[in-house]
Amino acid sequence: MPALSHVANAAVSGVLTGTVYGLMALGLSAIFGVIRLVNFAHGELMTLAMYVAVVAFQGLALDPFVTMIGAAAVFGALGYALQRGFINRFVGRPEHSQMLLMIALAMILGNALLLGFGPDARNVPTSYQLDSFELGPMLLDKARVYAAGAAVIATSLLAAFFRLTLTGKAIRACADNPIGARVAGLPVAHLYAVTFGLGAASVAVAGCAMVPLIDVTPGLGPGYTLLAFVIVILGGLGSMVGALLGGVVIGVSEALAGVLITPSAKSMVSFGLLVLILLARPQGLMGAARR
Amino acid sequence: MALLEIEDVSKSFRGLRAVARATFAIERHTIGALIGPNGAGKTTLFNLIAGVYRPDHGEIRFRGHAIGGLPPHRVCAAGVARTFQLVKPFAELSVLDNAVVGALHGERTVAGARVRARAVLERLGLGSKASMIAAHLTLAERRRLEVARAVATRPSLLLLDEMMAGLRPPEIDELVSVLRGVQRDEGITILLTEHVMRAVMALADQIVVLHHGEVIARGAPAAIVRDPAVLGSYLGEDALEGTAS
Amino acid sequence: MMIGKLIGLPGRRGRRALIAGAAVIALTLPFIASSYVLSVVTLALYLAYVGQAWNVMMGFAGQLSLGHSLYVGLGAYASAGLFFHTGIGPWAGVWLAIAICAGVGAFIGFLAFRLRVSGVQLSLLTVAFAELARIGFDHLEWLGGPGGLFLRVADRSRIDLLGFRGPPAMYYYAILALVGGALGLCTVLLRRRAGYYWRAIREDEVAAASLGIDVFRWKMRAVILSSAMTAIAGVFFAFYYNSLFPEQIFSFGRSIEIVLGPVVGGVGTLVGPIVGAGALVLLGDGTTEVLNRLGFDVPGVKQVVHGLLLLLVTIYMPHGLWPPLARALGFGPRKI
Repeated sequence: MPALSHVANAAVSGVLTGTVYGLMALGLSAIFGVIRLVNFAHGELMTLAMYVAVVAFQGLALDPFVTMIGAAAVFGALGYALQRGFINRFVGRPEHSQMLLMIALAMILGNALLLGFGPDARNVPTSYQLDSFELGPMLLDKARVYAAGAAVIATSLLAAFFRLTLTGKAIRACADNPIGARVAGLPVAHLYAVTFGLGAASVAVAGCAMVPLIDVTPGLGPGYTLLAFVIVILGGLGSMVGALLGGVVIGVSEALAGVLITPSAKSMVSFGLLVLILLARPQGLMGAARR
Repeated sequence: MALLEIEDVSKSFRGLRAVARATFAIERHTIGALIGPNGAGKTTLFNLIAGVYRPDHGEIRFRGHAIGGLPPHRVCAAGVARTFQLVKPFAELSVLDNAVVGALHGERTVAGARVRARAVLERLGLGSKASMIAAHLTLAERRRLEVARAVATRPSLLLLDEMMAGLRPPEIDELVSVLRGVQRDEGITILLTEHVMRAVMALADQIVVLHHGEVIARGAPAAIVRDPAVLGSYLGEDALEGTAS
Repeated sequence: MMIGKLIGLPGRRGRRALIAGAAVIALTLPFIASSYVLSVVTLALYLAYVGQAWNVMMGFAGQLSLGHSLYVGLGAYASAGLFFHTGIGPWAGVWLAIAICAGVGAFIGFLAFRLRVSGVQLSLLTVAFAELARIGFDHLEWLGGPGGLFLRVADRSRIDLLGFRGPPAMYYYAILALVGGALGLCTVLLRRRAGYYWRAIREDEVAAASLGIDVFRWKMRAVILSSAMTAIAGVFFAFYYNSLFPEQIFSFGRSIEIVLGPVVGGVGTLVGPIVGAGALVLLGDGTTEVLNRLGFDVPGVKQVVHGLLLLLVTIYMPHGLWPPLARALGFGPRKI
């Protein structure tokens, strides 16, 4: 049994990483909650953002936390265009049709990255990468703290947007009642596109935030997509607080599993949790398939 | 013993009483009609008999056996078939295949089921459309397919849920005569819910009237249409007070 | 049919000739093609077979399984593990594989159907189980762990039918037989009560139940059949490739690969998975080959081509390549 301080360290570090996961999941939750789109390409978008940060660092010596701002804007705009110009046409189609569409996009994007950047891992050796803050007996990686900070700021901005702005409220109306929203005259196509754009932007921020912490390879996509789904389902669909909390729970459980069991078992906990959550639904009424 | 006995049946949804202490019986080889204003509980009662819902209280007996709470496929096995208010054809299958699915319930082989299916389709006037894809049928034809499919299971009781809605008078009359024929030839008992009084008066041997989930009248059609309680439920009590007695 | 004759498309005799010709080529391929072509066709047939197995679950039970690599992996490890530790060959091992996969399939199916998990949640559930297996097997040292399980290197010159070792031609005929067998099985099932009931359930479960169909039981049968069929694919995989790695065989990418064939070719059709697998391998490996010959080293281009094909089919031909192709050739597409 590892020392308590070791475990505590891992837990806190898990909380920090968890906030970034939460931000990533938030994007997915918004997209699924509003547009009802199962975005299987979520992880690939994040990987793309990571490569953008890598290139910006290697080419322009920009710190990922600086690139983050530009990336968020660009990804937001591209996300808007993608939804408005393309994905919107699939909104009426059956669920599995949409899933397959996003899987196709994920395959193309992920493998285009492989083609473009090759399979070797890249990383971004920032100046603060090996530094840490001391908080009593605990050592917190500076990079992780900054990442968490960025995630919290981004999440707060998103929360403020959804709660306080007119567009944000309109989007929430769409999520609650798509038909009612149309009847009320809301520009649903535009709102869906804004939602996707925000989702893409949050994934861009999350990706850039993660870059100083990990090695970037083209194949990271599916892992992050699945992780995002676990968090969204764990935290509850449509709940922003839920996504953030879910992210933290997953971050902590992964970190603890890494310390208490073995590092490679950490995803197992996440998927085990996913299975439990998916199954622990209230039984339908006898006979009728009510949902 | 009546074929279908509904005794003191109640059902509520989240506190809203849909059916309250309903009691009536349908005799063999007759056609019974369940009428009442919208929201009276007709479809809920149907769904209770068909096994979609479980009654909160009371008994549903079919041929003397309690069927309340059985799942839909067991209710069918007991001998009750039903149609749906919003028709549910197997859209991508042919008309014949739709009927075969029903016929397989009572037949042991696919070959036997096909024979039965064709016979039933003929009787329902869909024989010539056997190879058409169900999705391409008109609404009236889809209604008839729904009936054919249900009849193919060789039921003793057939529940028809608002078959006539949205049909034009000639289509209504045609469906009425088809149903009469089926009832006679197959020896089936029919219980139908309906708003279209034209069809109800033409078909029903007995009418049961529901209002706010309660049975407010039972009897022969001629008596029901003059029953003040029935008229009150449809027209409103105020309207009745205005009429000279 | 009439239009086909007018435009000069193959009539009945033409179609028969087409099928006969394809059969001849299929049966003599090892003698007329290079070893490279043979291996590519073998791969395509493997994908076709595993796609057919998946198609049973989707086409019959209507469940979009995105974690089907679970069954391939379990079947492979069951038979390979048995052989590795006890020397018992694949003809016995396949039964163990089927038993395990059918059991797991039944378990997952039971959970899904009884607890009414469907749609996205069901697909994610299947992914979760596959991922759990991937990570789990990574920790099973007695089955090789992350380093992989290696079967004794085979002597490829002799045909050892009992041990399922031999030249590539033997594997080719084996997978050809599996594809043919699956096609035959599905065709027969389609004509019987099972086929009617399954199609009814797929179209409208509530209506099906009202006609006396025990929906739960029939869905379970489809799921068990599908997982059992996939188990056999796993056994083939193990003895053809001789090495198993949890990271690969249980991966999400492999699950998607399984799904691509039927989706591109036509879900719910008899021939769709075969046509789809053929198209994917032809275009994917073909493109890679052409680019390699031109001097470009292009890792991942195969998947990009697959992704593009999936994209195009999803947008323009949601029922798959086979239905329009069948119509053009004058076949009525028979659905599962």
